Amino acid sequence: MEKEITVTLNGEEKTLTVEPRLLLVHLIRENLNQTGTHIGCDTSNCGACTVLLDGKSVKSCTILAVQANGKKITTVEGLATAEGLHPLQEGFKENHALHCGFCTPGMMMRAVELLEKNPNPTEEEIRWGISGNLCRCTGYNNIVLAVQYAGAKMRGEKLPSTEPIFV
Amino acid sequence: MIQECKTSKAISGMGHSMKRKEDARFIQGKGHYVDDIKLDGMLYMDIVRSPYAYAKIKSIKTEKALATPGVIAVVTGRDLEKYNLHWMPTLMSDTQMVLPTDTVMYQAQEVAAVIASSRYAAADGVEAVEVEYEVMKPVMDPYKSTDPSSPVLRTDKKGKKDNKIWHWEVGDKEKTDKLFETAEVTVKQEIYVPRIHVASIETCGCVADYDKVNNYLTMYMTTQAPHAIRTVIALVAGHVGLTEEKIRVVSPDIGGGFGGKVPVYPGYVIAIAVSFLVGKPIKWIEDRSENLQADSFARDYHITAEMAGTKAGKIQGIRFKVLADHGYTDASANPSKFPAGMFSICTGSYDYDTAFVEADAVYTNKPPGGVAYRCSFRVTEAVQGIERITDRFAQTIGMDPAAFRFKNFIKKEQFPWKSPTGWSYDSGDYQLALHKAMDVIGYDDLRKEQVEKRKKGEIMGIGICSFTEVVGAGPSKDFDILGIKMFDSAEIRVHPTGKALARFGTKSQGQGHETTYAQIIAEELGIPAENIQVEEGDTDTAPYGLGTYASRSTPTAGAAAAVAARKLRDKARKIAAYLLEVSEADLEWEPGKFSVKGAPEKSKTIQEIVFAAYTNHPPGMEAGFEATHYYDPPNLTFPFGSYICVVDIDKETCEIKVRRFVAIDDCGNIINPMIVQGQVHGGLTQGIAPAMYEELIYDEEGNILNGTFMDYLVPTAVESPHWETGHTITPCPHHPIGAKGVGESPTVGAPPAIANAIVDALLPYGITNIDIPITPYKVWKALKEKGVVKAI
Ligand code: FES
Ligand code: FES
Repeated sequence: MEKEITVTLNGEEKTLTVEPRLLLVHLIRENLNQTGTHIGCDTSNCGACTVLLDGKSVKSCTILAVQANGKKITTVEGLATAEGLHPLQEGFKENHALHCGFCTPGMMMRAVELLEKNPNPTEEEIRWGISGNLCRCTGYNNIVLAVQYAGAKMRGEKLPSTEPIFV
Repeated sequence: MIQECKTSKAISGMGHSMKRKEDARFIQGKGHYVDDIKLDGMLYMDIVRSPYAYAKIKSIKTEKALATPGVIAVVTGRDLEKYNLHWMPTLMSDTQMVLPTDTVMYQAQEVAAVIASSRYAAADGVEAVEVEYEVMKPVMDPYKSTDPSSPVLRTDKKGKKDNKIWHWEVGDKEKTDKLFETAEVTVKQEIYVPRIHVASIETCGCVADYDKVNNYLTMYMTTQAPHAIRTVIALVAGHVGLTEEKIRVVSPDIGGGFGGKVPVYPGYVIAIAVSFLVGKPIKWIEDRSENLQADSFARDYHITAEMAGTKAGKIQGIRFKVLADHGYTDASANPSKFPAGMFSICTGSYDYDTAFVEADAVYTNKPPGGVAYRCSFRVTEAVQGIERITDRFAQTIGMDPAAFRFKNFIKKEQFPWKSPTGWSYDSGDYQLALHKAMDVIGYDDLRKEQVEKRKKGEIMGIGICSFTEVVGAGPSKDFDILGIKMFDSAEIRVHPTGKALARFGTKSQGQGHETTYAQIIAEELGIPAENIQVEEGDTDTAPYGLGTYASRSTPTAGAAAAVAARKLRDKARKIAAYLLEVSEADLEWEPGKFSVKGAPEKSKTIQEIVFAAYTNHPPGMEAGFEATHYYDPPNLTFPFGSYICVVDIDKETCEIKVRRFVAIDDCGNIINPMIVQGQVHGGLTQGIAPAMYEELIYDEEGNILNGTFMDYLVPTAVESPHWETGHTITPCPHHPIGAKGVGESPTVGAPPAIANAIVDALLPYGITNIDIPITPYKVWKALKEKGVVKAI
């Protein structure tokens, strides 16, 4: 009853046999050993498992591995390039948009698609845009700043200051 | 400038908003959390849980489970009983079942464990275990728990005749009762601080790896206190040969802790027992639902708060009574002598000398707890009590809540201040913090706006909370957990080339210790923080310490880092004197170097000095450049702050919108403003959570009604307001670097500010209290009772 599937994970093609019930997140974490994608719930609420599937952000705990057959998966491990960090990775670090880091990969993968669709989002658009991803640590203020920072960088504009406004 | 810096940016000592050193791995998916661990031959464990809150186990049939492909074993309480491992102590010296032999005491309690070759097979096995129960009527209401009609729940305790756990009191009862008989004004309010969950995004889990050949256990687990856990394991399993030198606890990266990763959960113990028996690594990772339903809850305090004072607005005293619902067992993580934690900080930020505070804890058929959720042991409950009753009093005498607070604040000159419940507040400037918060938010204009809005029938409220926290447990005279004193430790080794490795007894769960501890050492030694590697969480390498919770890391281990670094600076002075051929008294220190007074061109950098410690140390001096310190704080620290919240409430939908929220925090000297602010942001969101969204709800049969993330409402970026933050600095007089700790202040201070704002908004309709979480439904119900809105 196992099924053979082929996926492209962060640019590398992989063929494996899997149980039809295997979740995509487990395929990524356990069969393909990329543990940057996390699991935070069992009800599709937290977004810690968010990856890009053919460029669209999806919760990989809510998709079966077999549904990813023939598709391209991008995880946090595939964000940086030879030139360096992705603007979102830089934005998260520069703006202190992570504490424990557990939500961070999912949050960034979601933001990749958000910025692609809306390169210059307002604070409110960002807040709604990431509302499928929970962060228990940061209080979200700095995640908003991180996404704005990445947006500015991707648009080639002057980068906003990252000094905290702590009156 | 947020705080004056004594070091250059290159050194990045205290006060620099240094970017976090740990972030590089987290943003690239290279964090190393417990579920990322994969060992050769590793097996997976999953747990069968009780669907009932109170039931006798008639039988557990494992045949079908054992016939399931991949399932290797099913472990029950009877199996553990053979090794006397079916019970364990809680951190409060109560007892807890690891697995039951005859009775389950709360819904989702562990009943059996399935061991299998994969995660999926283990879950299949759980489905196939057949348990027959005889269901009993649970005790769910803590007020009824002590009724003679309620069954005695803890029949495992010989001679136990009721469901009381402990009674605790502090203060002068007689004096307080007398005051309440004679005072001009007394107000009384029942305040419930609901049962909630830390809900860190990473759940709990472990990999227990017992090596039979060497009789050595390596326990990778989500723990905030690895050393304490090692000692507990040795106490529980010493009799089967697992003594403390044979145990290594490793706490890898932790995906949020907030107090929920302090206790020992049955799953950990079962995993150890199974690994011990089968000699293979056992991985156990909870699901979210298991985490919410079975792991230690927080709060659940039923408070009766009373305040006495004058018509003119002078507070004279308080009387607080608490009923604490601990569920099946007292699995708090309080210091031993403080069963109600630091609840007696409930006298707050105000100057009066009369108080009596008492608490009673009871057993019910709910999951055990309660942990200090981002809170220094019941401080959140205390602050909710005092800040709500303060507002009630001000409202009763018709005084503005800000003016009322100013009239009653302990003044700057009064510190150190002895509280009527026995604390010695170290320092504070409460007026300054509230003034600043009022200036930033524009308090006077908001009050004017409110008057106008009320004329138009619109609902708007402004709420204040001026809290005092007590953190940094604690002085060994009073503070211990299971007898181990609550010191903490730092060990610094500086390598010949002047770069350092520093290890601590604490454990970061996102607080940024790898950066802030490095900054403390950089401040003291002038070695760039960038060149200081910080390690925690491995009991084989880190010095013993009690871990990270209760905002204790900076007050204890942070202090230890400074003291250890100063020991090294003293040694550096001796070496510099030797190298420069002058007396020690002729040397002057500036961050990073010693120079000769009056001849600044004659100097030695810290790097040169350290190199000499290995290559050319003075005769008679011990070689090397290392120091360790175990810091026993002389007192606790008392961070404080003033928060102001503005809410608008829609009269039709009763939707509550937090329009603005300003938080001014004073945590003493600031190590890293960026990180302090980040902690405040996060804590505020964890404060709005119980104020407006979160509560674990049970029905009369003991069923949890919202035990998943579908219905337990952790705020998203949409519910979480845009926080406005600021600070004042009142250095801690007794801490080596004048710091106080900050992680918990916002979680403590936000709920009363929000509740006070909502009640302030509803005051014109005669509504004087709504318990948190204050939802649109609760507002609608309250307004309906007053005839303001109609039933639909
Ligand atoms: S793990 Fe929570 S949404 Fe996928
Ligand atoms: S950084 Fe910890 S959950 Fe977001």
